[in-house]
Amino acid sequence: MSREQKPKADYFKSIMAITRKDLSAELRSRELLSAMLVFSLLVILIYYFTLELDIKNRNAITAGALWVTFSFAGTLGLNRSMAIEKDRGCLDGLLLAPVDRSVIFFGKALSNLAFMFIVEAIVIPVYAIMYNVNLLIPGFLGVTILGSVGYISVGTLISAMSVQTRTRDVLLPILLFPLVIPILVAAVKASNGYLLNLQWSEISPWINVLLVYNVIFLAVSFMVFDQVVEE
Amino acid sequence: MIEVKSLIKRFGLKNVLAGVNFSAIPGEFVVLLGPNGAGKTTFLRILASLSRPTLGSVLVAGFKLPSEAAEVRMRLGVVSHNPLLYGDLTAEENLDFFGRLYNIHGRDSRIHEVLGLVGLSARRRDLVRTFSRGMQQRLSIARSVLHDPDVILFDEPYTGLDQDASEMLDGVLKSVAAAGRTVVMTSHDLARAEDLGTRFDVLNNGKIENSIKKQDMGTENLLAYYKRVLAG
Amino acid sequence: MSPQPKVLKALNIISLVLLIGGYYLSLFYAPTEKVMGNVQRVFYFHVATAWVGMLGFLLAALFAVIYLAKKDLKWDAYGLAAVEISLVFFFITIVLGSIWARPAWGTWWTWEPRLTTAAILELIYLAYLMLRQGIEDPEQRARFGAVYTILGGLSIPLTLVSIRMFRTIHPVVIGSGGSEKMGMTDSMVFVMLYCIVAFSIIFANMYWHRLRLGQLAEQVEQAKMKLEL
Repeated sequence: MSREQKPKADYFKSIMAITRKDLSAELRSRELLSAMLVFSLLVILIYYFTLELDIKNRNAITAGALWVTFSFAGTLGLNRSMAIEKDRGCLDGLLLAPVDRSVIFFGKALSNLAFMFIVEAIVIPVYAIMYNVNLLIPGFLGVTILGSVGYISVGTLISAMSVQTRTRDVLLPILLFPLVIPILVAAVKASNGYLLNLQWSEISPWINVLLVYNVIFLAVSFMVFDQVVEE
Repeated sequence: MIEVKSLIKRFGLKNVLAGVNFSAIPGEFVVLLGPNGAGKTTFLRILASLSRPTLGSVLVAGFKLPSEAAEVRMRLGVVSHNPLLYGDLTAEENLDFFGRLYNIHGRDSRIHEVLGLVGLSARRRDLVRTFSRGMQQRLSIARSVLHDPDVILFDEPYTGLDQDASEMLDGVLKSVAAAGRTVVMTSHDLARAEDLGTRFDVLNNGKIENSIKKQDMGTENLLAYYKRVLAG
Repeated sequence: MSPQPKVLKALNIISLVLLIGGYYLSLFYAPTEKVMGNVQRVFYFHVATAWVGMLGFLLAALFAVIYLAKKDLKWDAYGLAAVEISLVFFFITIVLGSIWARPAWGTWWTWEPRLTTAAILELIYLAYLMLRQGIEDPEQRARFGAVYTILGGLSIPLTLVSIRMFRTIHPVVIGSGGSEKMGMTDSMVFVMLYCIVAFSIIFANMYWHRLRLGQLAEQVEQAKMKLEL
């Protein structure tokens, strides 16, 4: 029974191990991504009839329509990603590992972000083709990335809580959406700015909101994550 | 080595553990008995660093909980009735993943070794979701000993296993325990426990009510002993 | 349960008197506002209830931080009580805002930043209560509740800022920069300050009662457990 120190695993390598594990499991089952994608494509089709996306409205509504799609599809992914850990007791397996709790947070957040990016990378071109809008604008894509980071950092934390409650699936969007309103407002406004070719001075305040939100919520989520997973 | 002194765990207003004193030394295989709701799983979760003690001191593998949890986790293996494995990964990938988190050197050869130990070498490239309950449980044991822990905790490892699978698990548990480790197991299956354990503790009403070593049991069998303790 | 302490009994009466005084001052004493007319009188209660709603929310966030640091369930009870009372006051704020908006802007609802933020805050509170409902273990419930309160507390200022940037048509009461600044006479300012103080005391009174209720509930739990044993 020795008190000598055993070398711990490298912080970043452990994060990558968790993300890699999630990605390779998803590559096999494809259940999470296919749910997110099919849902997103359905919603985009539905928009045509419900929002009357005629040519005049298109540019003004596109950013909003896409962000509504991303945030709803996002909850599907977040729910599933945490349920996989919870249902077979795998979360206990992760907690038993000699890694810092923030490693688990960052690992899960990174794989959730990867899923979100994959969905966005498919949905945005499909939307662009179906509604004949040019979305290949670097600024627009940058805003999408920035907004997704904030959304996923809060979402990963909230889903870790909601999955442990009795009403799990129902609760995630109810808990998450009121908290991500600044992201939705800022991302939609900034994206619109790029789509409507507005000046930088009209876009930059929204980018600032996104940046501030991301910094605050990434830091806080990382700090309180252990409170959410540990007994 | 495990050393627990006046451990109290409170859930809300209820004391699930009301002053547990417990110790186990290397080479001991302690079977923890007790009726449902006696706090066996809670006790094991505290030893496993998954739950914080409300009061009392807990020493596992020479380190304090919860303050030195990371050190304890390096030296601890846990098998619960949940397999703690990912269904969409192969046996090998599961072990590789946990091997990375435990920072195991010579990971591939160690994985090969433990898969052999639990008799799953032939199925190493199969998805865990295709495994039977017994095979999952054996793989779970392989996962728990991957980092060669000093202390192993088994929480109802026989849950949901049929006769054959249980017998196979017996062999694996024995070989895992033989390496001079400290083992604590909770079980309902008294016949199996009697064969495996070197000491039998009864947890009842949130306390260890009795403890007896196998060599001191004489002709009395475990079932009789357990009944006698519960009857008071 | 011990009977209500004398201070609390006195506070009950003081609160009632202050409330009646508030009605009198805002409905009869305060002069009629020139542009908006009599409907502007809801403003005094609107501001005062919004103030105590905000106060409760800040208290809840503070208690959440203390709970996470100390892990004493009493702080969770304090936080929950603050949230519940705040929820009611904010609801009154929103309804009064709506009543005011109808003649002033011609609609029952305006997407005014502070009013919208108050509505979002209500939803955060409701989500908080739903989260608590889904958890059995009191400690887990307290931990999750505290985490969620902190997240809510951090997001609300950003929500307010982003909605304000989105559009603004609210008369700015205090501070400068508003285009529709309301002209307030000295007696109007007095009534507003009176209502803010009065509602703070009413808040304290209700808060005290709510905490006693919580203790009572806990005693019932304990008595039940003794019966089970």
